[in-house]
Amino acid sequence: MSSTAVGAEHHDHGPAKGLKRWLYTTNHKDIGTMYLVLSFVMFLYGGAFAMGIRLELFEPGIQYFSPEKYNQMITMHGLIMVFGAVMPAFVGLANWMIPLQIGAPDMALPRMNNWSFWILPFAFSMLSMTTFMDGGAPNFGWTFYAPLSTTYAPPSTTFFIFAVHMMGISSIMGAINVIVTIFNMRAPGMTWMKMPLFVWTWLITAFLLIAAMPVLAGAVTMMLFDIHLGTSFFDAAGGGDPVLFQHIFWFFGHPEVYIMILPAFGVVSAILPAFARKPLFGYTSMVWAVASIALLSFIVWAHHMFLVGMPLVAELFFMYATMLIAIPTGIKVFNWMATLYQGSITFETPMLFALAFLVLFTCGGLSGLMLSIGPADFQYHDTYFVVAHFHYVLVPGAVFAIMAGAYYWLPKWTGHMYDERLGKIHFWLSFISINVTFFPQHFLGLAGMPRRIPDYALMFSDFNMMSSIGGLTYGVSQLLFVYIIIKCVRGGEKASEKPWDGAEGLEWTVPSPAPYHTFSTPPKVD
Amino acid sequence: MATETSLVTKLGIATVAMFGFGFALVPLYDVFCEITGFNGKTAGKYEAVESQQVVQRDVDIQFLSALNGSTSISFKPNNRSVRVNPGRTYEISYRVSNPHERPVVIQAVPSVSPQLLAQYLHKVECFCFNQQLLQPGETVDMPMRFVLDQEFPEEYAKLSLAYTLFDVSEQFPDLIAGAQLASNN
Repeated sequence: MSSTAVGAEHHDHGPAKGLKRWLYTTNHKDIGTMYLVLSFVMFLYGGAFAMGIRLELFEPGIQYFSPEKYNQMITMHGLIMVFGAVMPAFVGLANWMIPLQIGAPDMALPRMNNWSFWILPFAFSMLSMTTFMDGGAPNFGWTFYAPLSTTYAPPSTTFFIFAVHMMGISSIMGAINVIVTIFNMRAPGMTWMKMPLFVWTWLITAFLLIAAMPVLAGAVTMMLFDIHLGTSFFDAAGGGDPVLFQHIFWFFGHPEVYIMILPAFGVVSAILPAFARKPLFGYTSMVWAVASIALLSFIVWAHHMFLVGMPLVAELFFMYATMLIAIPTGIKVFNWMATLYQGSITFETPMLFALAFLVLFTCGGLSGLMLSIGPADFQYHDTYFVVAHFHYVLVPGAVFAIMAGAYYWLPKWTGHMYDERLGKIHFWLSFISINVTFFPQHFLGLAGMPRRIPDYALMFSDFNMMSSIGGLTYGVSQLLFVYIIIKCVRGGEKASEKPWDGAEGLEWTVPSPAPYHTFSTPPKVD
Repeated sequence: MATETSLVTKLGIATVAMFGFGFALVPLYDVFCEITGFNGKTAGKYEAVESQQVVQRDVDIQFLSALNGSTSISFKPNNRSVRVNPGRTYEISYRVSNPHERPVVIQAVPSVSPQLLAQYLHKVECFCFNQQLLQPGETVDMPMRFVLDQEFPEEYAKLSLAYTLFDVSEQFPDLIAGAQLASNN
């Protein structure tokens, strides 16, 4: 490895200066930082669409956006948040933390790492450009069901397809990098079952990415052929089948939702023991639980399609298979609770976010269990209940875990402690407002309010107004996070090597901030 | 670093294989649906076997029609419902008329409900096997001959066969051009 050799010769070798540092960098910490910054920018960008949606739904009637514009907003919100905010945030954490946690000097494929990052800004620029094109941005929802996304799609769909291709290539390269790093670059003595859970969850996520993202690439390629080359993959008139699109999409889509949550499990499994000052309960069962969730994720996809008219056997199969996932997930939740049991718990900001994750992700999991019941899903399908469910697992689930991880590792990244008082204010604002936003949506859904409609019946007014107030508050609160980060990067109390006394892991054996090159000589793990 | 290169190669192959698998899902889906009859599609042309036994049991078949999108072509079954015995061949027809002053090409797509019964409905002849060219203002009765399998499950006494009509003129410019050429001569 050339980078190791260079690091060994000049130990204080630092980064290049200026823009070139970021353009040409192959350093896992630089790339991790760029991923995290990009994902946060995308989080605010996708959040702006969410603010537009909640503004429109503040009162019944059409106020600010036409239904066409509204459709484009929900589509862009979903795409940006999934592919721009949550996924790159976890890749950023992986880049920063995996080499530090396994005692490796860098990622295994540093140049590919640079490339896989730099594809993304172009992919999202291409996706954003569609807003200014004839016919507007994609308007078919983030699931882009055919024929909405083929026969009836705006002309900008072609750009959307290429953007998805680029995002897919980036994720796959990132995943290959993670796998090769973990397989080949662990420090001596770092055996499989000694790896921190964040490393384990990411390894499994990377395999999910390699199995699922190419199928998505296939789906959008078929769309491209249907639109431009006159094929009929999804066109019934030519012998194709629109339902086939849904099968292919969800064959990717269901593993995708675990791609967005498994690394969150890893982050929380690092933070809860650190602040409960107890080792993680049931490490081995945690690893097996994550692996079985990942395997099950490939046989449950059609629970997203209970209403397409599947025969009873298929409904039952997908229903029971889905319910089966509650077992490994339950094991994880119980292990986390057992970790907390009789611990000396302190409530610093990362711990607050991790605890909120534990409670609210479980709420989202329970509404998921309700949705998995086939006959009940006939009622819940495409209502706000579904919106409430997946936002509970994605916002106080994935996003809170990312926030928790950011607060937890910020001292290691910047060398400074963040402002604890502001961090707690950020937490409480986020925690309260996110529940005000999404909890009422359960009731709206059960009462029959449909998804993806810019207007609603008068009886839904109160809960929608409540939800909008929560949503707008949550949005504004995130600006406080921007301030906290900037403040922490610029200065603050010096962070020691290991600022959290209960924290475990190799990342806490290097100085804070972590030097540009770490573990040029591999550490010994016993 | 031989292991690194070989690992990257393996993962690259896995990626390409999964991309291929996405496309393989298309024929797999068709085969799966054909074997299980899950999506209510009827099979292609059926060769009637003369020696089939006629089962003295009444099954009602309802015929439905639907138009895809906003087309002003009219499309209706001439027989709303037919009472049949499994094993015997029947013929029904759909009337389609083209109100336009230009030729159109149409394609009908069948769907049987309950879906699992699709495998027992054999079509000897059907307008849905091919695209149909309709001249301007033309009205035709399109025949469909079918036989219900004598193994038709006893617990069912009724099924419906629905056709959705697609205007596929844009996909078949050759047929349209040919028709216009013929009418000009």
